[in-house]
Amino acid sequence: MRVAIPRFPGSNCDQDALHALREDVGVDAEYVWQDATSLTGFDAVFVPGGFSFGDYLRCGAMAARAPVMAEVARLAREGRPVIGVCNGFQVLCEMGLLPGALVRNRSQRFVCQDVFLRAETRGSLWTEGVDRILRIPVAHGEGRYVCDPETLAALEGEGRVAFRYVDAAGQASDEANFNGSASGIAGIFNEARNVLGMMPHPERATRETLGSSDGLAILSALRGALARS
Amino acid sequence: MRVYVTLKPSLLDSAGRTACDALRKLGFDELRDTRIGKMIELQVEDYSEARVKEMCDRLLANPVIEDYRFEAVS
Repeated sequence: MRVAIPRFPGSNCDQDALHALREDVGVDAEYVWQDATSLTGFDAVFVPGGFSFGDYLRCGAMAARAPVMAEVARLAREGRPVIGVCNGFQVLCEMGLLPGALVRNRSQRFVCQDVFLRAETRGSLWTEGVDRILRIPVAHGEGRYVCDPETLAALEGEGRVAFRYVDAAGQASDEANFNGSASGIAGIFNEARNVLGMMPHPERATRETLGSSDGLAILSALRGALARS
Repeated sequence: MRVYVTLKPSLLDSAGRTACDALRKLGFDELRDTRIGKMIELQVEDYSEARVKEMCDRLLANPVIEDYRFEAVS
């Protein structure tokens, strides 16, 4: 029962992810290099953040076409838990596992700060344990979620908006939506809701010494899912 | 081959907007908008429009946010 952490040239949240999953979430996790052609023996995937392939062409474009991602797509189709954080979210969108795209922040600035997140549905393995507003850090320059109006309507109507940027009281506002994402979207699901993409970093908020342990509310889903599988 | 990739008109091109503001500050008052895209040169044997289009669709452009066009140059 293991979580695969695909690594690409330029990944830089891979070590945080491995440490958080092993030490704080309490699941087995292993790195997998991007040219691997098999994820046999893995039950879940954490696509980490960073600047895969130097963000060449578009953020996540090259990583999305790396050999290992065909196996990630297979696990996603089989209903296994797949999470992509930050650059990992960009990769999942570039692969087409999730709809839409992430473009330059409205402010044009790289933003590194804590944000507040509201889970918009608890009807998913990833959010069933989220019973409060979460405080989790973001660190990105290109995290403004965009999609066409039909896709946005589908995401909202089908309960596939995972997280929205809100203020500390849980209210959505233009100010809380710091990067200008469509409808303040911080994270979304695929149709089956086993694939989650989100810009904020739950793996950086897994113990109080890091400033917050709210990321565990999301990542602990892996423990439950792995126990069931 | 030259492939030109640009952000869709509906999306804010913040780099283009910044360049536009800078040019206007330099006195180019006639400027109304600036859009910045990418130009990608491809050297291919046996040019096939369909194959180049496939390269654009499968990697060079993201249809969610970008448009592209290409032309053969010698």
